[in-house]
Amino acid sequence: MDIRLKALLKSLWVYHLSTGSCNNCDIEVLDCLTPRYDIERFGMLPAGSIKHADLLLITGSCNRQSVARMKRLYEQVPRPCFVVAIGECALSRGMFIHSYNCPQPLDRIIPVDVYIPGCPPKPEAIIAGMVKLLEKVKNK
Amino acid sequence: MIHLIYLLVFGFLLTTCIGLAASWIDRKVTARIQYRVGPPLLQPLLDIVKLLGKETVLPSGVSRVTFLAAPMIGLASVMVVSTVLWVNSLYPSQGFVGDWIVALYLLAIPSLSVILGGFASRNPLAGLGASREMKLVLAYELPFVLAALVPVIEADCSIRLGDILNFQRANGATATSPAGALALLVAIVCMQAKLALVPFDIPEAETEILCGPLVEYGGPPLAIYRLMKDMLLFILPFFLIILFLGGVRCDGVHLFWGVLKYVGLLALITVGRNTNPRLRIDQALKFFWGPVTFISIGAVLLAAWGH
Ligand code: SF4
Repeated sequence: MDIRLKALLKSLWVYHLSTGSCNNCDIEVLDCLTPRYDIERFGMLPAGSIKHADLLLITGSCNRQSVARMKRLYEQVPRPCFVVAIGECALSRGMFIHSYNCPQPLDRIIPVDVYIPGCPPKPEAIIAGMVKLLEKVKNK
Repeated sequence: MIHLIYLLVFGFLLTTCIGLAASWIDRKVTARIQYRVGPPLLQPLLDIVKLLGKETVLPSGVSRVTFLAAPMIGLASVMVVSTVLWVNSLYPSQGFVGDWIVALYLLAIPSLSVILGGFASRNPLAGLGASREMKLVLAYELPFVLAALVPVIEADCSIRLGDILNFQRANGATATSPAGALALLVAIVCMQAKLALVPFDIPEAETEILCGPLVEYGGPPLAIYRLMKDMLLFILPFFLIILFLGGVRCDGVHLFWGVLKYVGLLALITVGRNTNPRLRIDQALKFFWGPVTFISIGAVLLAAWGH
């Protein structure tokens, strides 16, 4: 594994995007920064600007309004980058599956690397998902 | 040739290593203050390696040259100023007349490079951040230069850093006189603003304008900016140590004292940034042009009087 990938895996900066979530998943994502979970241990930091990000963290059910914006953001992440879907909504649209406003699940729109199920997933589950992402990239 | 070696070894390698370590200490202490564990030791280095390996995204319609040159200008000036400071503190006789002025000028350029990059990136948030940075520069430069004038006056009006160091070696550190102590106080406040750390992180304010001038930077240019900031985290306290605290000497127990002085200043910076809320730009301007400037003028007058 080359040094760039190694450094990337040890220092993932996370851009968090909500595409119409009920806000519960977002709160659980923020929990990962708190003293109890502290993802800065793994070098992960929240990034304010999409240009600084390595990881696009997507919650919510991809409604019509936000899909266009999400595509634009996805195009702006400097490569290499990864996408993580958090919560039942982002995985399969969850309870909104029959909604007129959520035509497609996330992974039909942009490629997703890791799925973290739950409604909302616990912070432990999110961290476990991150570990799976790291393993997956390492073994590829 | 020897100057090139000085530039690469002292100006770049040594300063980078110490700067990265300082940035790790800063992040770790911050984490511990917040009851977190904090990042591992190599984290600042890994961040920079990672950013260097990423793609550079140019916003559409920017001037390529200005956008990409701005971080280089900042890094180059930091490298030169760190060479000047190291050479002066290792071989005080090798400085040149006026290197005090050169150091002051070069220390202003990193802020200018951030302003340049911010305005070049065609982003409203970056423009806002850059204009705030400009106001902040106008605010702190005056008291900073006045405070830096105090050691010059005390060392018989010599504008050579070597003379200032030699004077302090003979007569005790500048900060032991009342004028020097006041000037050191002012300089520490200005240093916090020069580093753009809380409470003066107004240009970068992550929670309102998302890193300000750096919002459009990603990949290698951002790595250069971060490296520049990490190096400044070492260079500015080092400059204050040379001016006010008697410099760093590399023989035996003196080296230990030098490290202690630096760690003390770094601890002040870190604690300051963790225990304060952010000021607004107008408050910062009032603060610097009001009380801070008065204190620094007082310090200059005291020094001229001979205290
Ligand atoms: S998965 Fe559940 S908690 Fe998360 S946004 Fe959807 S409804 Fe809310």
